[in-house]
Amino acid sequence: MTDATHITRDYEPTMGDYFALLKPRVMSLVVFTAFVGLLAAPVSLHPVEAFASILFIAIGAGASGALNMWWDADIDAVMRRTVKRPIPSGRVAPGEALALGVGLSGLSVVMLALAANLMAAALLAFTIFFYAVVYSMWLKRSTPQNIVIGGAAGAFPPMIGWVCATGSIGIEAWLMFALIFMWTPPHFWALALFMRSDYDDAKVPMLTVTHGRRATRNHILGYTVLLFILAIGTAFTSVGGLVYLTCAAVLNSMFLIGAVRIWQRDEDASEADNFAAERRFFKLSLLYLFLHFGAILFEAAMKPFGLGGWGWL
Amino acid sequence: MALRPEHELHQRRKGRNVGVGLLLVSFIVLVFALTFVKVTRGDFELPNAQTGANG
Repeated sequence: MTDATHITRDYEPTMGDYFALLKPRVMSLVVFTAFVGLLAAPVSLHPVEAFASILFIAIGAGASGALNMWWDADIDAVMRRTVKRPIPSGRVAPGEALALGVGLSGLSVVMLALAANLMAAALLAFTIFFYAVVYSMWLKRSTPQNIVIGGAAGAFPPMIGWVCATGSIGIEAWLMFALIFMWTPPHFWALALFMRSDYDDAKVPMLTVTHGRRATRNHILGYTVLLFILAIGTAFTSVGGLVYLTCAAVLNSMFLIGAVRIWQRDEDASEADNFAAERRFFKLSLLYLFLHFGAILFEAAMKPFGLGGWGWL
Repeated sequence: MALRPEHELHQRRKGRNVGVGLLLVSFIVLVFALTFVKVTRGDFELPNAQTGANG
């Protein structure tokens, strides 16, 4: 058939459908944390280089999102939260998502090497590999620690931002990495506590299913205690300062109280109020991460005026 | 089937074509701006052999 109007499917994907493959909401978090990492670094980049660096980090993250959606289309189709994604809803063919993911991965890594440096590009390549292969293909469906592993992938952007500016990984870059890394498990396990059936249906080994909900509550508290120490400790490095310390002290106390509350409750108490404490903890976790990085950004933004950090005291 | 200059399919694809076009143009602008910044800032150096041959 040579007719140009011959089509094999009813729906023609739009730009928006392809954009949705890049997980825009995850990408916005990546943009924000990478931006903070880049600005908090002691070396400043030219605005054009900084813009290009953030852009290609975001595209790299989007590419790994597309690869994840390609690989996970089968489980996305059975989870209520993900059933409307482009592949399970039939708007984009799986092969197109794979092509977009691979193509954008290559583009973003090469361009980041040119815009910033090879070290940053290598870290971005590793992050994409880690998220798409180590997390999505390998560990997500085989271990209840999947969330912890996935958290590592999400924790790389501020570190890449830092490396874009400095060319090397400093202690502060590791601390920003650790902040997201330790934050992810309590954040997702709280979600798993009140979005129960989703992961069961998809047969993803969430901690709630494999080790029980009691163990999940214990784990949330454990990670929150570690996160508390880490977040407060970060205040006394070059990215911290008085504003960050105040912010971290308030937020971590609230977060710890929330985690203790979740730990004290049993299933009957949670079901009685429809998981109010778990839902509140989850909402707080979003604000928690945003404000911590917001405070680091604030400290960095104040430095040119002789404020921010600890030097002015 | 009568030939029409603008099939309905072409209209549906137009949005996507314009989108890809704009992305490509912005990519060119970005690469140009990056090149400009890197070259004018002065950390771009010709390899030694070449500068020697020219100078």
